Amino acid sequence: MKCQHCEKPATFHITELTEEEPQELHLCEDHARDYLSHTEASDADTPPTLAGALAQQLKVGQTAEDLARLDQQTCPVCGITFYEFRNHGRLGCPHDYLAFAEELEPLLLNIHGDTHHTGKTPVHHQPDAIEGMELIRLRREMKEAIEHEEYEKASELRDLIQQLHDGQAPEKD
Amino acid sequence: MNDASGVNPNFDELAKQCGEWLRGSGPESDIVISSRVRLARNLADFPFIRRCTDHDRTAIESSIRGKLRDSEKLADLIYVDVGQLESVDRQFLVERQLISRELADSDGARSVAIDTREQFSLMVNEEDHLRIQLMKSGLDLENAWKQINSIDDAIESCVRYAFDDRLGYLTACPTNVGTGMRVSVMLHLPALVITRQIDKVFRSLQKISLAVRGLYGEGSQAMGDFYQISNQITLGRSEIDLIEQVADVVPVLIEYERRARDFLVSESHKDLHDRVSRAYGILCTAQTISSEETMHLLSSVRMGVNLGLIDDLEIPTVNQLFIDTQPAHLQKIHGSSLDIADRNAERAIYLRRHLRKAKGPDELENN
Repeated sequence: MKCQHCEKPATFHITELTEEEPQELHLCEDHARDYLSHTEASDADTPPTLAGALAQQLKVGQTAEDLARLDQQTCPVCGITFYEFRNHGRLGCPHDYLAFAEELEPLLLNIHGDTHHTGKTPVHHQPDAIEGMELIRLRREMKEAIEHEEYEKASELRDLIQQLHDGQAPEKD
Repeated sequence: MNDASGVNPNFDELAKQCGEWLRGSGPESDIVISSRVRLARNLADFPFIRRCTDHDRTAIESSIRGKLRDSEKLADLIYVDVGQLESVDRQFLVERQLISRELADSDGARSVAIDTREQFSLMVNEEDHLRIQLMKSGLDLENAWKQINSIDDAIESCVRYAFDDRLGYLTACPTNVGTGMRVSVMLHLPALVITRQIDKVFRSLQKISLAVRGLYGEGSQAMGDFYQISNQITLGRSEIDLIEQVADVVPVLIEYERRARDFLVSESHKDLHDRVSRAYGILCTAQTISSEETMHLLSSVRMGVNLGLIDDLEIPTVNQLFIDTQPAHLQKIHGSSLDIADRNAERAIYLRRHLRKAKGPDELENN
């Protein structure tokens, strides 16, 4: 895809979520920097938005190569790439917070001014439960098996998902 | 739970009543319309909505519906399959603030569970798997939090939430992670708009990380001088701190609005009275009127009633007119679908009828 303002390839894809309609911008590195410095100046008093915080992060000395490498990173559980997150502003599964921890940490700091939860904790929370993640991974594998018409594999995965799912309901008091 | 037949309820009964947020009661209700607390929650064993297959969305929806039906505390809710609704009914729920535009306009399995008082709504498969909302009339954030917290506990006793010790409740968008909580208060600020102080006030709010939105949330216009003030930050502060942050600033805004009203009354009483009376006059006599103009004029009338410049109308009546004249409500009340031109004519008839009824028979003869 070409930059909206010139012939160079668009390496920055920004979705402005604060506008009335989400606005997608596809820019080359130079025009992205121009855009970011402009929005930063005009929004000096406003609290950071997701798009702004993402953009801010990308500004800090990242080259197109750094960005391309970053964009290729994939969550091993749900399969989303960082590129997809950056483009749409939505994560793919709870594990992304771990898979993209290094990139998300400064982003969270920018948006919230903090990186540690201090509020409510679910009563039934089990700190080391991994079944949830395993179920998400299996659901993804099942989807891929169906896409590749591997129906026997899909059926085995479905049974496995059901078994795991039945065994993990939280115990009631 | 009202879903045994799998058929959605029709909303005719709902259309006849005034939702909680427009009841016009509760503390400071001349300026504060409603208080709302919303929690974003996700199930631990499904991907977030963006990576969900149709099958996943259906599984989430039916699992939640089953769990709610079995829960003592939540069994009385009305469960609505949003995907099966006609577009006018989806819009009707948006206008009543029971579902978001995003839920109304998206695809796939999605639903909402609401209570008959319309204080509580639980959206399934919106941006997050669960969006839990509690609304109170007037300024009442503390009770809204108490109620929603106990409902959240009841839901959590039958599902497993995506939660991390360090980051809290994990959400599809990092702007909601942590508490997953958005606290908002809807205010009617016509005098600050007339005296052109509103932008200044909002700039100061943004400096302390509070967001300002229009009547229907993110991206919506501030119709009828209604504004929603809400927290921007969700991580690193407790739920109580977030409630306090919004609750602390509301009295200041109320004071600003009252001062602006006092200023208008003392410095330009004639102009203000004229503005309010003209607005009332147009609403009582127009033959065709848009939703936007209605909101604009009703805003002046509402302030006029609160300042004693109109003495034959009550706030709950004005509040009811705000919602009944919205496009989907008008069509539900009329009983059939109407195009824009017909809606504008029907809206004018509806306003004339209800405002004259409020004035009473003596007034009718005099006018």
